[in-house]
Amino acid sequence: MSGIAERVRKVPVSGIRKFFDLVLSMDDVISLGVGEPDFITPWHIREASIYSLERGHTMYTSNYGILELREAISEKVKESYNVEYNPENEVLITVGVSEAFDLAIRAVVNPGDEVLIPEPSYVSYKPCTIFAGGKPVIVETIEENEFKPVVEDIEKKITEKTKALVLSYPNNPTGATLGKGDLEDIADIVREYDLIVISDEIYGRLTYKGEHTCFSSLNGMRENTVYLNGFSKAYAMTGWRVGYAMSSEEIIEAMMKIHQYSMLCAPIMSQKAALEAVNTGDRDVEEMVRQYSRRKKILVKRLREIGLSCFEPGGAFYVFPSIKSTGLNSEEFATRLLEEEKVAVVPGNVFGSSGEGYLRLAYAASHEDINEALNRMERFLTYSHD
Amino acid sequence: MSKDDEILRILEDNARVSDKDIATMLDIPVEEVSRIIKSMEEQKIIRKYKTVINWEKFGREKVYAMIDVNIHPERDRGYDSIAERLMRFSEVRNLFLVSGMYDLFVLVEGNNMKEVAGFVAQKLAPLPQVTSTTTHFLLKKYKEDGDILFDREEAERQPISL
Repeated sequence: MSGIAERVRKVPVSGIRKFFDLVLSMDDVISLGVGEPDFITPWHIREASIYSLERGHTMYTSNYGILELREAISEKVKESYNVEYNPENEVLITVGVSEAFDLAIRAVVNPGDEVLIPEPSYVSYKPCTIFAGGKPVIVETIEENEFKPVVEDIEKKITEKTKALVLSYPNNPTGATLGKGDLEDIADIVREYDLIVISDEIYGRLTYKGEHTCFSSLNGMRENTVYLNGFSKAYAMTGWRVGYAMSSEEIIEAMMKIHQYSMLCAPIMSQKAALEAVNTGDRDVEEMVRQYSRRKKILVKRLREIGLSCFEPGGAFYVFPSIKSTGLNSEEFATRLLEEEKVAVVPGNVFGSSGEGYLRLAYAASHEDINEALNRMERFLTYSHD
Repeated sequence: MSKDDEILRILEDNARVSDKDIATMLDIPVEEVSRIIKSMEEQKIIRKYKTVINWEKFGREKVYAMIDVNIHPERDRGYDSIAERLMRFSEVRNLFLVSGMYDLFVLVEGNNMKEVAGFVAQKLAPLPQVTSTTTHFLLKKYKEDGDILFDREEAERQPISL
């Protein structure tokens, strides 16, 4: 008999592990497979954290996080999206958005509750739901709809057990974004079925066409939404592990309870860095967004030139080209491209079965690397069909 | 940000990006990129295209000195006439008029210390308008023209992550 709990055993070990190990074992690989910025955290942010260490800021903070940071985030969210959260009890600083998502799911899901998850999407939503005793229900999205979830498809999956809907736009891996109109349509069914929306907007600042709309800013959605965001992607702060959740006092208190007993608080040095980022990091973000946007256009154009159909992403730093024309599946393509041309990309099926036939390429890479990787892919395509 | 501004920023960072790639990045026709660049070259907004070289790594040691110079300004012409004289020397890499204790700041380059010292003693100090010079030999370059000159800050990313 296995000593491992049923709900953990139910979650398979990631099938992609073997492929990852292969990448790690090889030298001189050009990688477009990395899910984090290629920028180092801006110096003034690092320096603020160093200074706080010098002053001896090494203790626990409030379970909610440093009040000054919560106030600054509240202010920023109000200014950007016109939705207000009380920094005293409606904001929780977490160890990255990953923890925030886990807390949100655990705070609202009862055993057997169903959670709607559009796919392709980031890999942790499904397992976290299962760990919390919930049942993930997948809503597939397709390239023809620019990987946006279709309201009818969501509605078809709703049962009386449906508790929550996960939204993660701009999306990893597809780069899909939802406009205000798309979100309004979703808000209608959220209202009708009284769902809770867990909205992971970690890539919100990395939006290249139009403005990002925060789901909780929609009419009446504030009380139904757990808004999640963090510092990793926009400020190039992945290793600091600092994110935040904003919602009603009731939900935040519930999340705080779990956080208090399992995590206590986010590391103080990371919170100090985050404070500097919110207060004075806008210029860095704008500059990074400009650079991502330029690289994205180069990458999309080159992909189309070498014959891979590719929808133009509106956000994040990924493109999701189709390789269906090659007759190879995602994993075969990625493995052979790695072994034969030393280019690392992520097979799309990792992000859900609807990602089969696609690849995720990150343009958080230098102009030179993007060009060289595409030259190699072009060569690969000339002989891989046979 | 205007297209002109964006093109300047792209080229300032990497002058070897092709017009075609710039056109793709900015979603404008390549002819327009070429036209804008040509126009800015003609207006001397773009003065020239240079390469940042770590000569030390190449094996050629250059010697630099930063010299604070006090000047007795000339009637009507102020500091300009002496500055115009100094800037023509190929040894002079940078020449600035500054506020404070000194008047001119001169960065001099030479192949060895003797060459630089010779320039100061033979060309600079004897000028009648120069009342004093203070020479600082450069010991190590950390950052030049906005570029950090050593390789410590490499992002150590995992080669793949989700």
